[in-house]
Amino acid sequence: MSEREVLELLRENARYSSADIARMTDLEESDVEATIQDLEDAGVVRGYQAVVDWDKLEDERVRAEVELNVRLDRETGYGDIAERLARFPQVKALRLVSGDYDFDMEVEGDSIREVSQFISEKVAPVPEITQTVTHYMMTSYKEHGIELGDGEDDERLSFSP
Amino acid sequence: MTFELSERVQTVPPSGIRRFFEIAEERDDVISLGVGEPDFATPWAARDAAITSLEQGKTSYTANRGTRELREAISEYVADRFGLGYGPDEEILVTAGASEAVDLAFRAFVDPGDTVAIAQPSYISYEPGVIFAGGETLPVPTTEADDFRLTVDALEDAGAGDADMLVLCYPNNPTGAIMTEADLEPVAEFAREHDLTVLSDEIYAELTYDVDESHSSARKTESSAGNEHVSIASFDGMRERTIVFNGFSKAHAMTGLRLGYALGPAKAVNAMNKIHQYTMLSAPTTAQHAALEALESCENEVREMVDQYDRRRQFVLSRFREIGMDVFEAKGAFYCFPEVPAGFTAEEFAEAVLREQGVAVVPGDVFGEGGDGHLRVSYATGLEELREALARIEAFVDEHA
Ligand SMILES: Cc1ncc(COP(=O)(O)O)c(C=O)c1O
Repeated sequence: MSEREVLELLRENARYSSADIARMTDLEESDVEATIQDLEDAGVVRGYQAVVDWDKLEDERVRAEVELNVRLDRETGYGDIAERLARFPQVKALRLVSGDYDFDMEVEGDSIREVSQFISEKVAPVPEITQTVTHYMMTSYKEHGIELGDGEDDERLSFSP
Repeated sequence: MTFELSERVQTVPPSGIRRFFEIAEERDDVISLGVGEPDFATPWAARDAAITSLEQGKTSYTANRGTRELREAISEYVADRFGLGYGPDEEILVTAGASEAVDLAFRAFVDPGDTVAIAQPSYISYEPGVIFAGGETLPVPTTEADDFRLTVDALEDAGAGDADMLVLCYPNNPTGAIMTEADLEPVAEFAREHDLTVLSDEIYAELTYDVDESHSSARKTESSAGNEHVSIASFDGMRERTIVFNGFSKAHAMTGLRLGYALGPAKAVNAMNKIHQYTMLSAPTTAQHAALEALESCENEVREMVDQYDRRRQFVLSRFREIGMDVFEAKGAFYCFPEVPAGFTAEEFAEAVLREQGVAVVPGDVFGEGGDGHLRVSYATGLEELREALARIEAFVDEHA
């Protein structure tokens, strides 16, 4: 299952080169490239992004997690509402979830004002949306499986038995 | 005169790594491939069990041999993983690291003047351990031509038939060599024939990769997860003459918790326990709680670490080949053992690459006969660092070799 292996390595670090992955998996570099191409073509790999610790940057970046409740009618399903919301560039993630609310939406903007305005002017007015609860993110400790904050220094001795 | 050092202490030279350590300390951009311990943290469940045990105030001595639960868990684990049958009552001793167990064995079985044959290159503590116990060591060199496996020819050439004891360590530190069932059979035969006691350090048993040679071009990490480690104690007539060492430092990433164990026939383990009960009393209690949890619930984490090591191993081997350095195809532990380019001794190369490029590796001479001309390169380090370190070694070789 080289596909799975390649995928795991890309998820670990998308900047591993095809040559790195080839060395780690004992595949040919051309096979790795082909596998990645296939994964991209099949829409399994949808893109590559950096994991950012925004707290380390001067620029403010405001992020919010928004709980959405919706009421469906005969003509409108979850998919229709999702499609409409997902189009907004401010929406970074949108998921239908089980539990007390229906959608879990991640929103990003340059200021609290911008984010609030977006929610009150663009999201809340959507007719099927019955309720929004906005949680502004204060500090992020872990993103995409990577712990943020100060890097853990390797405190091991430089030589050991 | 105060502190007149015992001859035994004086006989043992200072560690060969010491000087390098001092050079490495002088600069702050060193990438170290000189470490013989995992770069992973202990699996969380095991750490959590240690914390919980502390919260519950479990901080007294345990039974000398280790807690009953842990000995039972070890008994089951070695049966499941390696097909070894040792009972929890008298055949298992939990120690402060495999290190303590090794030391106990030398003290329990070596008399002054006894000869202990050691397959080399090998882990650096055996020889001092024998000397501290009053014994003499007999190096049995293994060579790259034999894939650093111990052969009967090497045993015979070294005169190991006259020794009292034989120390083996497979998967091996520093070469990464393993011994298959077929490789071990004649060694077992030799030990029986010459009535040798065998000390088998199997602390890297879980870290065995790519065992089936026929799969070398399309190997799968799932199948190379170490199932095929074979213990010399499992051969006919060997259980009664072998002590097996293992522990939690390597596969369970628990070096600092100091926990290991010895397996052997009751008579031998009881003798070791006799020393242990006066010197150590019992292994660290908190660590025993962590170890129990590690055996009971951390198998997946171990598998994951092994997979990661395997990928790094392949990466490092492939990079050395690309650089043009001959490298032995290590199949176990987390070391690889390349040959230094012509014109250098291992020590010169290691020192120069440390000074000029800030990459720390250990010269093979440190590990005894057969290790000269090689470097021990540990890949218990993140891939990004490995990539950078190998690039620096490449720059060094391009410039000098
Ligand atoms: C072969 C071998 N045996 C034993 C040890 C020591 O293990 P422990 O931490 O259990 O004392 C090491 C550590 O490097 C080793 O490489």
